[in-house]
Formats: sequence, C-alpha cells, structure tokens
Amino acid sequence: MVFEVRIHGRGGQGVVTAAELLSLAAFEEGLRAQAFPSFGSERMGAPVTAFCRISDLPIRLREPIAEPDAVVVQDPTLLHHVDVFGGLREQGFVLVNSKRTLAQLGLSELYDRHLPPRLRSTPASEIARERLGRPIANAALLGGLSALTAVVRLSSLVRAIEQRLPASVVEGNVLAARETYERVRSTLGEGHGALDGEATHA
Amino acid sequence: MTHFYQTGTFAVGNRLLDEDAASVQADPARANSITKGHRACQGCGEALGARYALDAALRASGGQLIAANATGCLEVFSTPFPESSWRLPWIHSLFANAPAVATGIAAALRAQGRTDIRVVGQGGDGGTVDIGLACLSGMFERGDDVLYICYDNEAYMNTGVQRSAATPPAARTATTEPLGTHPGNAFGQGKNLPLIAMAHELPYVATATVAELRDLERKVERAMQLHGARYLHVLVPCPLGWGSATADTINIARLAKESGLFPVFEAEDGRVVRVSPIRRQVPVEDYLRRQKRYAHLFAGAGRPDVIAQLQASADRNIARFGLLADGGEEPAERDIGLLDVLATSERGAQ
Amino acid sequence: MPSQIEGSLAVARTVARCRPQVVCAYPITPQTHIVEALSRMVAAGELAPCEFVNVESEFAAMSVAIGASATGARVYTATASQGLLYMAEALFNASGLGLPIVMTVANRAIGAPINIWNDHSDAMALRDCGWVQLYATDNQEAADMHVQAFRLAQECSLPVMVCMDGFVLTHAVEPLEVAEQQDVDAYLPPFVARQALDPSAPATIGAMVGPEAFTEVRYLAHAKQMDALDAIPGLAAEFERRFDRASGGLLGGYRCEDARTVIVALGSVFGTLQDVVDERRADGRTVGVLAIKSFRPFPLAELRAALADAGQVIVLERAFAVGVGGIVSADVHAALAGLRVPIHTVVAGLGGRAVTRRSLHAMLDQAHAGSLPELHFLDLNTQLVERELARMREGTSPGPHAENILRELGIVAAGPV
Repeated sequence: MVFEVRIHGRGGQGVVTAAELLSLAAFEEGLRAQAFPSFGSERMGAPVTAFCRISDLPIRLREPIAEPDAVVVQDPTLLHHVDVFGGLREQGFVLVNSKRTLAQLGLSELYDRHLPPRLRSTPASEIARERLGRPIANAALLGGLSALTAVVRLSSLVRAIEQRLPASVVEGNVLAARETYERVRSTLGEGHGALDGEATHA
Repeated sequence: MTHFYQTGTFAVGNRLLDEDAASVQADPARANSITKGHRACQGCGEALGARYALDAALRASGGQLIAANATGCLEVFSTPFPESSWRLPWIHSLFANAPAVATGIAAALRAQGRTDIRVVGQGGDGGTVDIGLACLSGMFERGDDVLYICYDNEAYMNTGVQRSAATPPAARTATTEPLGTHPGNAFGQGKNLPLIAMAHELPYVATATVAELRDLERKVERAMQLHGARYLHVLVPCPLGWGSATADTINIARLAKESGLFPVFEAEDGRVVRVSPIRRQVPVEDYLRRQKRYAHLFAGAGRPDVIAQLQASADRNIARFGLLADGGEEPAERDIGLLDVLATSERGAQ
Repeated sequence: MPSQIEGSLAVARTVARCRPQVVCAYPITPQTHIVEALSRMVAAGELAPCEFVNVESEFAAMSVAIGASATGARVYTATASQGLLYMAEALFNASGLGLPIVMTVANRAIGAPINIWNDHSDAMALRDCGWVQLYATDNQEAADMHVQAFRLAQECSLPVMVCMDGFVLTHAVEPLEVAEQQDVDAYLPPFVARQALDPSAPATIGAMVGPEAFTEVRYLAHAKQMDALDAIPGLAAEFERRFDRASGGLLGGYRCEDARTVIVALGSVFGTLQDVVDERRADGRTVGVLAIKSFRPFPLAELRAALADAGQVIVLERAFAVGVGGIVSADVHAALAGLRVPIHTVVAGLGGRAVTRRSLHAMLDQAHAGSLPELHFLDLNTQLVERELARMREGTSPGPHAENILRELGIVAAGPV
C-alpha cells in the first residue's frame, strides 16, 4: 500500500509542518511515512509544496509526488496560478481550504475527471481562527483529510499535534482538527471517500 | 621608573634597573620563545619584536602559551623544514586565518577545561589588515580569549615588498612606484587597524615599536592580565623593504614615533587611555631620509609638497592623540573617545 | 526505537553522541537545521563540554576547526555548496596537517547561476582536497556514517566529510534511529591526538616544506587514504555488529549479482533506483544498482570485482566535469580498465531537478536498445538548449544564458528591458 499526499500553500502557513504532522500520524499507526518539502527561497508568501508519502513498507523512493492520491490546497489564491492538481490520480482526493464550494472556486472541471464524492472544500481557516485565534489552517485541514480519506485516524493526528506543536497551540489545533474532521465527515453520506467505511490502507 | 635615554646608541640600560623593572630579556632563565638559528634578515624588526613580545607573554602566562601564526616573514624565516626556532607550541595554518585558528585553540582549551593555557595569534600587516581582517574582526566581536599581535612592516615583505593597506602614503613599494606624478603609495587610502580594533570596543588595544622594547613588554604583560579579545600593533622596520641600514632598525622605529607619524598609545573599551609622549619631536624628514622607500621625495627637486602632506599628517596625529603635552617620560594618561580621534581624520583633510 | 524526525535532526543528535568538543559553523542552506540543533543542545547543556562558536564565514569555520583539532579536541562542522568552496584553502590545509575533523556536506549545486538545490557539484569540486569523502544513500546511513567517520578520522589521522543530499535527505522527515550514547561510547573511544599543541610538549605544526621533502610528504597523504580504504570495511562491519544495522562500507549493491546492466550511483538516488530495479526485474530484465559510499578513497579493486561480469555499466552522476564529461565515470573507467564493459555516463539531477522513476526507465529502455549515448544528460530540454545555442551562433551577444532560458520558460518577464 502506498498513499501519496501533496499539500500546497504559501510560506508562513505551516505547509511543511502539515506534511510532517501527517507523517507523524502515520508513524503512530505503525506505518512508514516520508515527509519532505519543495520550496524556493525562504520567504513569507511564496508558494510552497510539501509531500507526504505513506506506505506499509519501507520507503526507498526519493522523488516529488507527481501523481498524488490526495491534494490539499491550504491557500485558494494558488488556484489557477499554480498547477495544484497536476497529476492527481483519477480516484484521487481533493480538499481545498475555502468557505466556497469547488464550483464557486471555478473548479467544476474536477468533477469531470475525478470522483465527486472525493472532492471537498472546507472552511478550515475560519475554523482555525475560531479555535486558535489565528487562521493557520494546516492542522485543521489534516483533520478534514483524515475524514475524507481515512489515510490516518483522527486520534493519530491528535497525538501527532500534541508531540510536534508548541504546547501553547496544541489545544487550539486539536479542536480545529476535530471540528474540521466532523465537518467534512458530515458531508460524506453514501459513497464517501473511504468506500464502505473501510480505511484506505486496510 | 628611571629611563636611560641615550641618543646615537642602542643601549637599553636594563642592568641598572631593579629586577622587577628589568626586561624579560635580562633574565638568564628566560623562556626564549624564538631561539637563534632562524633565517631572518640582518636587522629584522619583526624578529626582534616577536621575541620580546612572546617572551613577555610566556613569562606572564607561566610558560602556558600557544601561538597561531599567519603566513608571512615571521612564519617563513622561523620554520625552514626540518628546523624550527619556536620553543613554544606553535601552529601555522594559512595566510588569512591566524585569528580564527587562535579562536579554535582557545575554544578547544575551554572545552578541555585548560583555561590556564593562553593563546596568542600573530601575523604581519598583510595577514592582519588585509586578507585576515574578516577573521580578525570575527575574533574581536566574539571576544574570544586571544591576544592578537600584528607586526607591521607596512607592506607584503615576504613576497617582495608589495603594497598593503598598512603601507603609508608616499612609500615606494613594487606595486606603488613613484612614476609620473604618483607620490609612491597614494594618499587617502589605508586602514588604521588600531582604530578599527578600538571600534570593536576591545578591553585592550595598544600600539608599540621596537624602539621601546620595555614598553612593548609592559603592554604585552598588561594585555595578558586581561581576558577576551586584545590587540597589539607593533611597528617593526624592515631594512630590506624600507631600504634602511640594518643597524638603524631601532633608531628608525624611534623616529617614527618621535615625528608623530606612528602614535604610540593604549586604549580600553574604545577610548584612548594612555599615550607614550614624544620626548623630542623631530620633523618627518629626519625619519624619511633614512629610508630608500622615500628617496624619491628627495631626489632632484624632490617633492616638498608630499613631505608637507606627511608633516601635516604627523601634526594631526600629535593633535588628536595629545602626543606632545606633559613633556614627561612616563606614559601619559588620556581620555579620548574613538569618535574624537576620528573627528580629525586623515581623509577629511585630503 | 526509531523516531519520526528530520534527517538533519538525526544527524545532529548522532553527532552530539559522538561527543564533539568544539562545533563551529556558518549557516548555509540546506545545512542550517543541523547546526541549529547542535547549537540548542549546547546551549541547553545537553551536549557538554562543548564550545559552539558562531563564526563569520565558512573559511573561518574550517580555520577554527583546524585550531581546535590541533589542540587535541574532537571537532565538527557542516557546510554546503558555496560554503565548501569558500573554505577550499582550509580543507587542503586540514588534510595536509592530518587533522581528524568531521564535516557534514549537505550537497548542493554550485553557482553561477546560484542554485540552492541538491546535486553533487560541491563535494565533487573538492574531491582531491585530501579528505575522505563518504556518500550516504539514505538518512539512516547519513546519521550512522558520522559515528564511523569520527572513528575513521582519529584512527587514520585524516579529515572526513560525510555527504548527504541537501533537502532530499536533510529536510525529509522519516523514521530514524539515533545511535544510543553507550553504544557510541563503546564504538568511539576518546580522541587522543598524535601531535597536539601543548605547552608540556611544544611542537611546531605547519612548517614550510621544500622540494627536497614535499613529494614524500604528499605520498604519505596518499598512503594514509589507502589505509582508510582498508579501514572502512572493518569499521562498517564493527558498526553492524554493535548497532545491529548495516551502514557505510565502500560499496552497497542491490541485486547486482547476476545483473546484465548495473547502474552505479552516489547518494539518495540509490533509493529510487532500488524501486526501478525491482520494477525492471518484474519485467524480466536483470538490472542492479551499485552505490559508491566511499568516493575518496576510491575503491578501485572492489568496484572492478563488483562490475567485472556486467554486460554494461551506467554511471549516474549528479555533477559533471565541464569540458570533459563524467567525474565518477572517469574513476569507474580507471577501475574497469582493460575489461570490455561498456560504460555510459548519465548526468542527472543537476541543481535539484528530480530524478524520477519514469526518466530512469526511459534511460534503461535506451540502454537496452543500445541507443544510450556515451554521455547523456537525463531530461535535458534539447529544444531550449538548441535555441540558445542558435542565438549564440547568430553572433548577437546573447547575455547570460540563465536569463534567456528563464525568459523562454516564462519564469522571467519576456521582452527586452
């Protein structure tokens, strides 16, 4: 089993940390995970991409994720500027951080090429602002990703947040992750992302 | 303290002083940091200065001293493989890194808990003022526990007398020939390392010459009582590069000071606190005439304009460091901040 | 027990357990995380006694290392790319003086044009400076190699650089073991200098050596590296016995035994190549990959033995010698001299360009079809290059190539200024 996630955002939004948190959550479940960034100069606001490759076998591969199983877009201003969905597998998942729908974001064409139940947007920044006091949506979005894909359990994600983030922001991030998880989960009716209730890595 | 100041001779008169006021050199049991057999030129000011400075440092540290040396005359003439003149632990690495190597030695000693062992970094003007300046400034700003000594013979002597940032204006070197209207080395250039060191607000910065060896020793001893980054700048005439008589080295160093061209002072934390006053001021010509590197100022019609500029320089030094006041022989107390010294800057007047 | 941590952190923690007494480093991407971690450990008293010196340049870093090592302290530093070049003079000095300094090089391209991403041009540019050069194939090996490096350095009286791919390894978070302190202590005894700056036994270090003795002194440096060639396998074997995992050594092969085609490579691309090899083998093609872990000293005999029966060899390099061709392949040619094994040089991954399975499969298809050139640049955009060459031939002065190419790729605003 291999599950590859690509996360897009801008410098300062914790994109690299998001990939790391995801890898930590996978590690908690006894999986192997490799998280790594791809960035230009260290600068606030520059587009940043981070990758997380998850597998039940040791990972030897060292290449950027060109055909992701899931794409997370932390900053919707990247849409239409950066090819965030490039290479997304036909059965891939999409989670965009926005209070608007994918159609409103001009992404209707995704529905043609991919499976609609696997494509979601969620207002993670708003949730984060409420729970954290700041619109840093990385952990929140991972909660949504967990609900959408079941690649890792929410409880693993929570443990990762507790281990990796500074103590002062752990509570807020855990709440944001949980809330986003519930929110995305509630939009998944029949035919939800993890088909038939099974985790994708069963 | 009694001074025996004799013109026309080179006696220092130590044997008539009290033992504790006598030079380290007067002690038959002295350490002898650099011993005979080295290949320095006859009359080399650097060999003389280095020996006095390091012997004083060895005495002050109870023999617990390590030296890091930059590439240059001192390094080359003291270590012709397979021989070495050095009687203390000594390392030569590269041209530009003596201060950094010294920093490394001090760091290792600290990690090993051997802070009783002291560290000296040393080099010529080239390795200190030019290529070594980045490492020197780094050592200064970190306050590493190193005494750095620059032996300034005012050019790259070991490679054949080329200009450095310590070469004074009007001096002839192989790369500043007095051709056409050029006076030799240009005016308005150069780095004043003692002032740069003062700008780092070091606990101790001092200049000295090989004409006043007891003064040099005293300054080394003073520096060794302190910790942190300290800097000594010693004028060491080079008969070969300066075109002076080999027997004239100490005299020329004295004239450099007595003319005002080379101020001899001490500074602490960015302020000049003591000067070695000029005993009998001499016109710069007395100093310049003894060196072939200035011969072009006197040949034929000569360059009285250039000599006047040099005199003005000397007068400016006298004014800004207060080199004449008092008239006494002791080091005279002063309190002049670096900015006040710079207020009467060389460049301003050019 | 592994921890899910960044490669840099695994290296820093492992280095800390090697008990360095002086750490002196200057920041440069992508090595910064390593020295930042060490700085924190020293400040928190977790690594003691250790002096952490914030130096003003890489040249100063290596110079401080020289002074400290000459005083008998165990010393560590790290750098990359431009920084490695900036300390070039000091590198030769350190090896010439036989100082057992250990340094991590987070491999990164050399400018111009400036590029912060991974390739091997930095370490390759200094391959002959007299340092032992080890290349880690993954993060676990990168961390473990440092333990072996400190031991090798003090036993052979030689400085050692451990090369790990910048960003690709340094910034990857994965499950990694950090060697336990008691195991490191058992493997790595305290450093006792052969000759040190010590007032109780004064020595002159760094004297000038003239024509009458220089050749002999330099020959001895070569002899020391040849000793290292003998020592490295033994140290790797001892490491495996004590730490219960394999790492280091001179070479690392994967499915080479019966391989018709063997790819020779250095560094982290070995991982990707292992996946490619498995995919090829599933298709019935006998391909293997051989990692060179000790590049200096270069294991000529071992490489010859490993490749003697190969049908063809592809040397995959992350650097090249401008005006000549391959760097590693030149040494591979020397190792296989006289044997009739065709050797191809493939230059890949320059300046951080990803080396993908897809491209590697295409390369192998070409190799199997017999159409792989002797010198091949993987994924070269030939149209782009040809247009630029045409511009040059036109005679109009084309300006810096980089700007023209970036303009073509639409990265830089088009049109004249």
